[in-house]
Amino acid sequence: MSATRREVEVDPLRHRERFGPDGENDFFWLSGSDGLLRFWTCSDCGYRTHPASGVCARCLSRDGGPQPVSGLAAVLTYTVNVQRWVADQEPYVIAIVGIDEQLDLHLTTNVIDVDPWAVRIGDRVEVAFLHRHDLYYPLFRLVA
Amino acid sequence: MSSQFEHQSVISGIGQSAVGRRLGRSAIDLTTEAAVNAIEDAGLSRQDIDGITTYPGGDNLTSFGYAGPPPSQVIDALRLEPNWFQGSGELPGQLGAIVAAMMAVSAGLARHVLVYRTVTESTAQGGGGRASVYDPDGAAPPNVMGWPRVFGAPSASNWLAMLATRHFHEFGTTREQLGQIPVACRHHAGFNPVATYRDPLTLDDYLAARMISWPLCLFDCDVPVDGSTAIIVSARDTVPELRTAPVYIEAVGTAFRGRYTWDQQPDLTQMAATGAADHLWSRTSLRPADVDTAQLYDGFSILALIWLESLGFCKPGEGGPFVEGGARITLGGELPLNTSGGQLSEGRLHGYGLVHEATVQLRGRGAARQVPNARVALVSNGGGPIAGAMLLTAEPPD
Repeated sequence: MSATRREVEVDPLRHRERFGPDGENDFFWLSGSDGLLRFWTCSDCGYRTHPASGVCARCLSRDGGPQPVSGLAAVLTYTVNVQRWVADQEPYVIAIVGIDEQLDLHLTTNVIDVDPWAVRIGDRVEVAFLHRHDLYYPLFRLVA
Repeated sequence: MSSQFEHQSVISGIGQSAVGRRLGRSAIDLTTEAAVNAIEDAGLSRQDIDGITTYPGGDNLTSFGYAGPPPSQVIDALRLEPNWFQGSGELPGQLGAIVAAMMAVSAGLARHVLVYRTVTESTAQGGGGRASVYDPDGAAPPNVMGWPRVFGAPSASNWLAMLATRHFHEFGTTREQLGQIPVACRHHAGFNPVATYRDPLTLDDYLAARMISWPLCLFDCDVPVDGSTAIIVSARDTVPELRTAPVYIEAVGTAFRGRYTWDQQPDLTQMAATGAADHLWSRTSLRPADVDTAQLYDGFSILALIWLESLGFCKPGEGGPFVEGGARITLGGELPLNTSGGQLSEGRLHGYGLVHEATVQLRGRGAARQVPNARVALVSNGGGPIAGAMLLTAEPPD
């Protein structure tokens, strides 16, 4: 885990929606305040359930809570959004990344600080948090 | 008669309202137009209608034209006296409302059910497109659509572009292959007087079109329209009373498998279509080779391609080669696809235009776009976690 992880300074999106709150995943949107990405993790079997729902999707244990992961992931698929849903928005990358610690744990996110047309499936990425709307959005940068 | 519940119902009537861009008419106005047309088509009167249902129900205004009027409004407008009614979006695909109607018939709750799907998205969006009904600094709903939305993915075009990218990556599918679907749909729309876009579209036009969300361009996206489609589902033993030869329901596919999300499915080249398709084929002895025409959900071109694979018309990953060159899926080919023009050219009637067209084809009323001797038609609805399918026949089952 990188203690020197840089926060995102410039959001490639001119506007960004907030999520929820939903009473179950609010921790997820605040987790990045200390630079760590967390998922609801089962205390009994170790499985990470996302989105969180109060129960482990694998063993049905209710004993668990947010636990950090390394923040490393791989791009599983992506798109370059070109359509201007809002005025004057430049193209940006939306990606689904697979979290290193658990193959079936995906996040839709943005890959940032890169030429949008240069991102490829399989690229290694690392989380970087964007602090906006009082939430910490987990975005990802290519691993150098 | 077969004990399979599908075989206890028929499609006895179909009706459409005017369909087009920014008609400026209300949802209830369009819905009652389609409903009256369908009731008349079946040779029934409104007093015969004892059930009513729609997808998704809810509210037309707060959904920006996505939902039509709720059943309560149609019941009152037409002074219906239903023994059963329901509006729901929590169903296996949009055609899940037709399945619900069939269940009401087989349960003995209703004899003639009016099913409708109405959209006024074109008028609701006005000249500004989807951007005009999107608050980019608002609160995304904390549900399966909210998770992608907060990352600047407000549109299903973004979510399904990622499905296409992964399919291109794993199987070598190309834009030249994918583009054959909108090109074939536009060709078919040229034979459909009520299709929204009828001018010819070439593959070069497609490749030159502006990008929406790579690799999907403008012509990969369906056309928001205003319009209503009504389908009458009747008990099979009422067939002697009907005006028109009915269409039979051989089997439905309603099963859901996998994760109900847009981004967590283990195989990012598949969708809920797989579960619905497998379920459909488990309920019939007919096989893909028996299908004369396919009316597959094309909210985006890539969805129709994935449905072709899921339904077994080709193997997973082989959708690109299957549609390559376009001949196979064009009228005159072995599997004419979306013969009304589909949502890509006829307009986004949200699955029900496809049900309507399958019925037209099985009745032999397709005129210039008729598939010769069409006896079996497959209809699918939905994309991502939403999926439902029906196999329709011109002859009675058994």
